[in-house]
Order: sequence, then C-alpha cells, then structure tokens
Amino acid sequence: MQTERKIRVLIAKPGLDSHDRGAKVVARALRDAGMEVIYTGLRQTPEQIAETALQEDVDVIGLSILSGAHKTLFPRIMDLLKKKGLTDVTVFAGGIIPEEDVEEMKKLGIKEVFGPGTPTERIIKYVLENVPKRT
Amino acid sequence: MTKVEELAQGVLSGEIRSIARAITVIENNAPEAKKLVSSIYPHTGKAHIIGFTGAGGAGKSTLIEKIVREYRRNGKTVGVVAVDPTSPFTGGAFLGDRIRMQELSTDPGVFIRSMASRNYPGGIARATKDAVKVLDAAGKDIVIVETVGAGQSEVEIIKVAQTVVVVHAPGLGDEIQAIKAGIMEIADIFVVNKADRENANKTVMDIQAILQLNNKETAWKPPVLKTVALTGEGVPQLIEKIEEHRLLLEKGLKHKGSREKAEAELIEAIKEKVVSSVLEGLRKEGEFEQLVGEIVEREIDPASAAEKLLKKALKDAEA
Repeated sequence: MQTERKIRVLIAKPGLDSHDRGAKVVARALRDAGMEVIYTGLRQTPEQIAETALQEDVDVIGLSILSGAHKTLFPRIMDLLKKKGLTDVTVFAGGIIPEEDVEEMKKLGIKEVFGPGTPTERIIKYVLENVPKRT
Repeated sequence: MTKVEELAQGVLSGEIRSIARAITVIENNAPEAKKLVSSIYPHTGKAHIIGFTGAGGAGKSTLIEKIVREYRRNGKTVGVVAVDPTSPFTGGAFLGDRIRMQELSTDPGVFIRSMASRNYPGGIARATKDAVKVLDAAGKDIVIVETVGAGQSEVEIIKVAQTVVVVHAPGLGDEIQAIKAGIMEIADIFVVNKADRENANKTVMDIQAILQLNNKETAWKPPVLKTVALTGEGVPQLIEKIEEHRLLLEKGLKHKGSREKAEAELIEAIKEKVVSSVLEGLRKEGEFEQLVGEIVEREIDPASAAEKLLKKALKDAEA
C-alpha cells in the first residue's frame, strides 16, 4: 500500500449570506482538481468554522462572504484558528470584499483574496502552490 | 517519546487535534500509520459502533444528527465518521454530510469527521475501520459510521459496525427491489424515515413482507421502525432498539460476532500485505511488462498471464 496524501479543503460561509453559488462553484472546481472538499453550508458561526477545520484536519480554508461582515467575522475566525493551534493552515477568502479592505484582511493572516469573476483555474493554482508542507 | 507515541498518547487522552491528525495519518496510509494503530488497539473495544446505510436521499445525515443529540441528552459522547464517494475520474471528493450536522460541531462531546471513499469498494473507505478505532480509543461511548448512499452491494459496513441500521424512505423509487439484493441481509434494524409521507406504511409492510420470507431461527429479529428525522419523531424508540441489540450482543452473540470480525480483519490485512509484497517482486521482473504488452495484443488472457507469473514467484518463495 502506497502513501496517498490528498489535499483537504474546507469551504466555509460565515455570516448571514442568503446564497452560496460562488462557494459551490469553487468547491466543485477544487474537487475536480482532485482535492477533498468539505462543505458545511450557509450561515456558519466563526466557532463552527474553526472547530470544523480542527476536526477535519484540513490543509486549506476558503472563506466565502457576500454580506459585508468580513471586518467583524474574519478577525474572529483567525483568532479562533490561532487559539486552536491551526497556524499552519492556509486561509484564503472570496466573495464581495472591497479593494480597500484587502490589506486589512491580509494583515489578519488571510493569505489571498479573490474577487468576483476570478477564474477557478487561478484559485486551483493558488491552492496547489500554497498547501502547507507537512511531515 | 517518538512522534507516533505522542500522537497515540494524545488520542488516548481525547485531545481533538491528535484525534484529527491520527485519522489523517491513517487515511493517507503514512509510514507511521501501522505503528499508530497497533499502539491504540489495546484501548479499543469499549465503544458501541453503529453503522447507518441506505439509499442516497433517505435522510441518513439528518437522522444521525438527531440521534447524536439524543445520545448527548443521555450523557453519552459520540464520534461520527461520514463517508462520501470519491470521483473515480478526478480522485477528488465533495464531502457534504456535515451540512446537516453543523450545529453539533461546537459540542465538545461530539467529534465528526468527513471521509472520502478513495475508491474503496463497499460503501466505506479503507481507513474507516481504523478511524473508528481512533474514536473508540479516544473514549467515545458511541461511534457512528455513515456509509456512502448505498445501493445493493454496499455491505462492507458489517465488518466495521456492531449494529447496522438500514435507512429507507417512501417514494425513493424501486427501493424494495434494491434492498432485496444485498443490504437487506445485513440490517439489524430497519428504519423507514420520512414516515410522515403518505405511503410510509406501505414501505414498512413491504419490508416486513420480505423479512417474513426469511424463516431462519435467529435470536434477533430485525425490527422495522418509523422516524421523521426532521422533527426527531421516532428517534428515542430507535435508540432503544439499538440499545436492545447491543445488550443481546453483550450477552452472547458478541463472542461469535467479534470472532468473525476479527477473522475478516486478519484476512483483509494478510491480503493487503501479500498482494503488495508479491506485486512488488513481480513488477521487478521483465516478464511483468512483457505480459502486459501481450495482454494488450490479445496474445494471452489476463488470468493465464497471472498464473504464469505467480507460478514462478511461488516456486521462488518455496525455495
């Protein structure tokens, strides 16, 4: 039996968004690129997202948000991830995040922000290049 | 302490990060996986392991969510392994069973893990069995395994679970045809979910009719229960039956059942080892590649080619 490592990704939707079309498109694209994608549905609290990432032992988290609440929710999520010791997980974000907020998000530890219309190939490439190395 | 020992220690103390990491190590079949499983193995055997199988759309995930809540009310801790299929074309998987269980994710008495089947046949993943051991060793009272939406031959779950619950729902199409074939025989308990639908009683009667055809004398007759997973109706009764089944296993059936399971696991482990070590040797021979070519050219059939290769390998082993 060979060692068989798969990239595990959590696609999470924090807050009160009413649809998850974008998140599902990204989830689907990453799946088709050979990754194992955990999707948890709409309206997740920061606590649920961090705990899910912990239990599922994911390599990467993609946060999708449309509501404009990223400035409140993302710091909370990043803080909880740190508290749970998940500092080696790569976090990226997508959805509606205004250009002027991107810098602030990156300071929180969110590695990349993808706006509307980003080709899924770019997200796949990004994930493949930024999966944390693990022993 | 080595890293593996540390990880095993973490599992035994119920530490969440270690449990999660241990399951990943097992899933990836990392070099330390074998050592990890053997060091936790003496601490397993305490949890009651329940398998949930049945057609996709029957409501397994929603039902499991309600069952876990009920167990929590009774003061039990619970681990869940939810298996979804891997795409045979891309190797990727969309794991969505958690969608129905997310409210449980922040309960410290519950650990949920989504698992891709990674093309293992039979409705579970190769790693499911050992992931269950991790949760068992971590002290969970109850471990629940949800199989992929199963059709007719997804019966691997009996090698993992002590109590198998087959979930159905009215109006899923030709469901009774499907359950006749394989999963009918593995059920310890039948559940007709979505029992608020009008033809639920007919589904119950159909299942009972098939069960009556089975006239073997057995200590346990699989009951047929009705549930409405959305409201939780029927869930306490289901747990009561699961508990009854567990007690029966404890009284005597257990010995037989666990010997059979142990034997199946041993055979499985031998197969894996034999196949990989024999294959490794065969691949080194030039003859292997040559025979592959001959099969492509239709000069020899695969069975004869295998015989030819193995004859030599087995003779070498004897010498």
